Amino acid sequence: MLNLRQRTAVIIILAIVLLSVIMLNGIFMDNDRLTVNLDSKNNAPSLNHLFGTDWLGRDMLARTLKGLTMSMGVGLLAAFLSAWIALMLSLLASLNKTFDYMVTWLIDLILSVPHIVLLIMISFAFGGGFNGVVVGLALTHWPSLARLLRSEVLQIKSAEYVGVSQQLGKSKLWILRHHIIPHLAPQLFVGFILLFPHVILHEAAITFLGFGLSTDQPAIGVILSESMRYLSTGLWWLAFFPGLSLLLMVALFDLLGKNIHKLGGPFQGQRG
Amino acid sequence: MHYRQLALYIIRKSIKLATLLIAVSIISFTLISYSPLDPVQSYIGADMTRVSPEQREAITEYWGLNEPKVQQFFNWGKNVLRGDLGTSLLYRSPVSETIAERFLASLALMASAWVLSGVFGFLLGIISGMKEGTWVDRLIKGYCFTLASTPAFWMGLLLVMLFSVRLGWFPIGLGTPAGVRAEDVSFLERVRHLVLPALTLSITGVANVALHTRQKLIEVLQSDYVRFAKAKGEHGFILVWRHGLRNISLPAVSLHFASFGELFGGAVLAEQVFSYPGLGQAVVQAGLSGDVPLLLGIVLFSTIFVFTGNLIADLLYKIIDPRIRKGPI
Repeated sequence: MLNLRQRTAVIIILAIVLLSVIMLNGIFMDNDRLTVNLDSKNNAPSLNHLFGTDWLGRDMLARTLKGLTMSMGVGLLAAFLSAWIALMLSLLASLNKTFDYMVTWLIDLILSVPHIVLLIMISFAFGGGFNGVVVGLALTHWPSLARLLRSEVLQIKSAEYVGVSQQLGKSKLWILRHHIIPHLAPQLFVGFILLFPHVILHEAAITFLGFGLSTDQPAIGVILSESMRYLSTGLWWLAFFPGLSLLLMVALFDLLGKNIHKLGGPFQGQRG
Repeated sequence: MHYRQLALYIIRKSIKLATLLIAVSIISFTLISYSPLDPVQSYIGADMTRVSPEQREAITEYWGLNEPKVQQFFNWGKNVLRGDLGTSLLYRSPVSETIAERFLASLALMASAWVLSGVFGFLLGIISGMKEGTWVDRLIKGYCFTLASTPAFWMGLLLVMLFSVRLGWFPIGLGTPAGVRAEDVSFLERVRHLVLPALTLSITGVANVALHTRQKLIEVLQSDYVRFAKAKGEHGFILVWRHGLRNISLPAVSLHFASFGELFGGAVLAEQVFSYPGLGQAVVQAGLSGDVPLLLGIVLFSTIFVFTGNLIADLLYKIIDPRIRKGPI
């Protein structure tokens, strides 16, 4: 029987493998399977088309995989930018009281408007499309992580060894590089991965509302909003499987983040 | 002494709200005014061929789009201060009226979902916390974690497919039956149209409260006073009722009030799925058709909405909890 640490490691590896399979499948899939095929339209799920086909005879499994890959790409980019903003602002906040006040004010400001409304506004400002979504997602997801990192920085700054370094005449930059950044790195990494689920869900939501990725791309949000027109005719597979796949992917990222957190922190690692 | 503190508190919060609204107005106006989408273009839409350039020029002139951006901002600001928030291009009526009317519909939806998810989340949290480590706990925890990764609008689609298309228990969408005058719609019909959107919204809202309550209850059950109560022979629901409930209910209620932002976001999606004529649908329409005054109005309104939730959460801690009530506010 594996112990908890080993079990955590196995879960992490499995999650990474599954996510890479989804991504590689989406990238290297030949686009033939996305083409219109009117001979086989509106087919229910079968062995040939595991997720069924849509009203143009396109294979839903292929579209879903493409959509998931796209979501992952958008999520990766936006989460990375978001984590970067969070890191920069939390470091800025550590400089002095005025900056700290400004950063907390900014965090409160972003959190004071509902996420979706803010996303709609930013996407509107960019005229929709890929850029609008990525910028919108990047600009709205950093506050929670920034808050976490900021309090972490405050804690490190009051530590004794930082005080000793200051007494020894080390510069702020030196302390930043040798004391603060190494401490923040694991938090930042886990925070970055845990941003994924939120980012991907919001991407799907905003695309579903019609502000996000353009409708000719097989994004999950597009697939689901198209499926709404066919719900009343009983084509349940158009919505069911793509949504379920999205759920599974988001859950995998969540699992990955939580388990890396567990593995990284010796305190969490001992508990179930 | 106490009144002075209260007054100070109110003043502080009002200043905070005012600065917040000003900042949000400036930022959202700037964002929206740099949009490449031409409001005249999206307003005319499909009638493009029938509208001459002179007419377009007239519309632009009428909306004041030729004026410098700062002047436009002040024009809009004047409307905001007057209270009508400008004229909606979509509905051709003052934005404040549209928002008020739409919000009433949304309020019914959000309030019922909010209460439902609060009650169920709290109950599930208590059960899960009491049975920590058992299969019941695992089941509830698993349910909550799954919900956290579930797209809310997909949940809505599933409910439509199951209850409206398959079983035919509830209507597929809209807030009232089609082809009936607004005055003639019975209360029961309205409720029938409300059930599925509210259910969608509450199913996903449960997770947060449940997990939080569970965590708090587990902490409480490990305390010394609970151990003493157990030593006296109390157990089960009686124990939780006497020693746990008060301690865990306040944070849960506060948390639930502080989640107004997510509630609003969820309502936007649920209303879109069910074509429910609420504020969320209005913001989507405003964004898609370039109705700038309405979009800005709803942004401001939703900011106040979220602020109110947070304020209530804050006040609940200060007023209800005797330990904090005695201290300075």
